[in-house]
Amino acid sequence: MKRIGVLALQGAVREHVQMLETLGCEAVEVKQKQDLVKLDALVLPGGESTTMRKLLDCSDLLEPIKELAQQGLPMFGTCAGLILLANTLVNDEPHLAVMDVTVARNSYGRQVDSFEVKLDIPKIGAEIPAVFIRAPHIETVGKNVEILAEYEGRIILVQDDHLLGCSFHPELTSDIRILEYFVVSMV
Amino acid sequence: MKQTGTNLVKRGMAEMQKGGVIMDVINAEQAKIAEAAGAVAVMALERVPSDIRKAGGVARMADPRIVEEVMGAVSIPVMAKARIGHIVEARVLEAMGVDYIDESEVLTPADEEYHLLKSDYTVPFVCGCRDLGEAARRIGEGAAMLRTKGEPGTGNIVEAVRHIRKVNAQVRKVVGMTEDELMTEAKLLGAPFELLREIKRLGRLPVVNFAAGGVATPADAALMMELGADGVFVGSGIFKSENPEKFARAIVEATTHYKDYKLIAEISKELGLPMKGIDIAQLGQNERMQERGW
Repeated sequence: MKRIGVLALQGAVREHVQMLETLGCEAVEVKQKQDLVKLDALVLPGGESTTMRKLLDCSDLLEPIKELAQQGLPMFGTCAGLILLANTLVNDEPHLAVMDVTVARNSYGRQVDSFEVKLDIPKIGAEIPAVFIRAPHIETVGKNVEILAEYEGRIILVQDDHLLGCSFHPELTSDIRILEYFVVSMV
Repeated sequence: MKQTGTNLVKRGMAEMQKGGVIMDVINAEQAKIAEAAGAVAVMALERVPSDIRKAGGVARMADPRIVEEVMGAVSIPVMAKARIGHIVEARVLEAMGVDYIDESEVLTPADEEYHLLKSDYTVPFVCGCRDLGEAARRIGEGAAMLRTKGEPGTGNIVEAVRHIRKVNAQVRKVVGMTEDELMTEAKLLGAPFELLREIKRLGRLPVVNFAAGGVATPADAALMMELGADGVFVGSGIFKSENPEKFARAIVEATTHYKDYKLIAEISKELGLPMKGIDIAQLGQNERMQERGW
């Protein structure tokens, strides 16, 4: 059984845990350094990235997670999780800085502009529901980063070797295909 | 096709706030302190609840300048309060682009009979509740997030404890009932029947439920999490304390690590004085904000 951590400082932790269990994985809530041992992968959920960063610092988790990412541990970041992974942020200092992308925060406007839509993602499937909440988008990607999905001309789902990042929230829907792609093809 | 303002989008926004602390602020400077301390959102107000109590008179929506100033100062979501049933205050806040509206008993109600039909709006709403009936009625009207009411502006946790325990006990009761018992329970609670069925199916409320109204210390915040709140609103507790920066940081940490008692001991050291509290028994019936709304 694959043992997958979910960073559990704040945000959509429960949703990811449930989805991982649906996929037959053991889900481990990560709140402190000890929780990072013997993981096959780590999910960084949606939430507020500024809050998560603050709590990563308080809990001394930033460096250990960064090291694991650099050593090749598969990671999947959704929304705030993508912001944590990015090498470069527009108008802000990066956090883990392990994924070769530039991300712009809140790039779709305020909450009244948040939306849901169905996406066709060639590598994963058709009509996948995607919920964008005060979402970021990926402005540019490094040369080894594969763009898996775009919407309205903006990059929203990418894979950088063992790292997967998306600007929306697959965990808010009952469609498990994106997380399944991560668990089956990348972990 | 792209859709805005759906239930999933409105409720989903609250899901992203889980495990976090939402802080009342009255200007840009306080908003920045809250953001730096790790707040997941701020509530932009003209006065914090304890000052509303002192000021007396009619409490209304904040001056839009204050809300605008706060929105310009931080990148985290900004919430603002409208009076219960005040359609125009709510529409004004929506037009300004606030991220969440609190239809709040902290302000003087505009309508003593009807709450807002919140499903009509694109912006999501949070509402107060003291029991499952009230919670279910608000969800029925379209609230995408709840908070137990407690007694705002008192720095006294006792009402917040009463309300979160009550709601969660009633949820557990509904979950444990058989399908054929739900209609009678709906009648007793004054709750929409279909919503009770949904609660039974999910095993929990269908929206996020924070605790509010009386949180003054890191231990208070952790207590709310222990009792099953999804997160915490802190009104007067931060900026009416002796050291707002330290209190704000400590309350954020205590909310995340609410079972780590050694850590809570550590972060509670030498915080300075919390806000001065009020004994609930000293409040007259007409001073109890929790009685507003139904």
